[in-house]
Amino acid sequence: MSGVRVLVGTRKGAFVLTSDGKRERWDVNGPFLGGWEIYHLKGSPADPNRIYASQSSGWFGQQIQRSNDGGKTWEPVGNKFVYDGIPGTHQWYDGTPHPWEFKRVWHLEPSLGDPDTVYAGVEDAAIFRTTDGGQTWQELSALRGHGTGPRWSPGAGGMCLHTILIDPSKPDRMFIAISAAGAFRTDDAGKTWRPINRGLRSEHIPDPTAEIGHCVHRIAMHRSRPDVLFMQKHWDVMRSNDGGESWKEVSGNLPTDFGFPIDVHAHEPETIYVVPIKSDSEHYPPEGKLRVYRSRTGGNEWEALTKGLPQRDCYVNVLRDAMAVDSLDKCGVYFGTTGGQVYASADAGNNWAPIVRDLPAVVSVEVQTLP
Amino acid sequence: MIRVELPAHLRTLARVDREVQLEVEGAATQRSVLDALEARYPVLRGAIRDHVTQQRRPFLRFFACQEDLSHEPPDAPLPDEVVSGKEPFLIIGAIAGG
Repeated sequence: MSGVRVLVGTRKGAFVLTSDGKRERWDVNGPFLGGWEIYHLKGSPADPNRIYASQSSGWFGQQIQRSNDGGKTWEPVGNKFVYDGIPGTHQWYDGTPHPWEFKRVWHLEPSLGDPDTVYAGVEDAAIFRTTDGGQTWQELSALRGHGTGPRWSPGAGGMCLHTILIDPSKPDRMFIAISAAGAFRTDDAGKTWRPINRGLRSEHIPDPTAEIGHCVHRIAMHRSRPDVLFMQKHWDVMRSNDGGESWKEVSGNLPTDFGFPIDVHAHEPETIYVVPIKSDSEHYPPEGKLRVYRSRTGGNEWEALTKGLPQRDCYVNVLRDAMAVDSLDKCGVYFGTTGGQVYASADAGNNWAPIVRDLPAVVSVEVQTLP
Repeated sequence: MIRVELPAHLRTLARVDREVQLEVEGAATQRSVLDALEARYPVLRGAIRDHVTQQRRPFLRFFACQEDLSHEPPDAPLPDEVVSGKEPFLIIGAIAGG
């Protein structure tokens, strides 16, 4: 019988939540790597028992951990992330030049076909790759060096490269996103990159429609239609039908279009999910009601999903990497909160229940659908 | 024999449950002790000193013999009590909450 493994990164360790295909009863395992910030864990599509974790600490820096047994045991691998050449400067919050400094790995994206190849999105923004299972990491420096880097600036969480999407139909095409620089695309496996932000509008930059400077929070795609991208920007939910060449707003009737995660239903490419958050100065849900919003029309028309979610006195946040879907039928949807809850829906969002309520603040949620 | 005490998270990382004892070739200094420590436990590379600059990470401090050695030059000799093994070289995580 098929099953599900939910990989949860928190401020104080990693947790692995498992269930069978019914997704009614759950085992909670962890904390693993206790006491460390686990920004992200993700399994290899080619070998689901191979899982990578980003483990970091303000005291002791960055570690990368690898599991070969589905998260039961972990071993540290390489943690040397050194920028290629002289890193130069980016903009600080006040617009002054600030040296590029490695701080942590935000996101790990294993290759679709090779368990030993993984991409890492880091702060200060850059993308690295390993081809030896995490032992050594090399920067794909054409991204940082393509020309606009000195004009990138950090968002409130730091200048992080947080999203890496690999196009399943064109192995050399990847999309990445940086707060606050915007979205970028490579069509040649990282040799060259270009910004793909036409149509975005951001009032926090001097020219609201500039080529770069946009605080993109998350991008999502459905693997059957990789030219269609969905974006949760700092403000605005956006959609592209042409691989990021242009974007249009699809916030529609959302109660607020600020938020962090966005994801796509596993079997319905026009069904997408967001978690509206009141504002960028109030990082909690509007009216104290935790609501996932679903659009079955690829945006613009949204419905609130509330059954099983707290509808009063709820002031948690849902961070950008903390939502995921499984590929069972019906599609499971999962998200974690800064209050330590991990919620699951086994029916595409109609009904929700907490898998666990009292973890440390959740930073990331990924899901593996197991045979 | 140099005795080194690690903070809890680094003991977990290095998979040691008590103080570490190291043979150090040549003069015992912060640099030579940390070089020997990292040679024995490669997982600690980058966790105490920056990979590139070899600077002490900002939230760590080095103590010995009731003295703060954090700002001593890395090639300064360590106290005789540390060299003889009478006193440990302490690697301390700064008290900064979290």
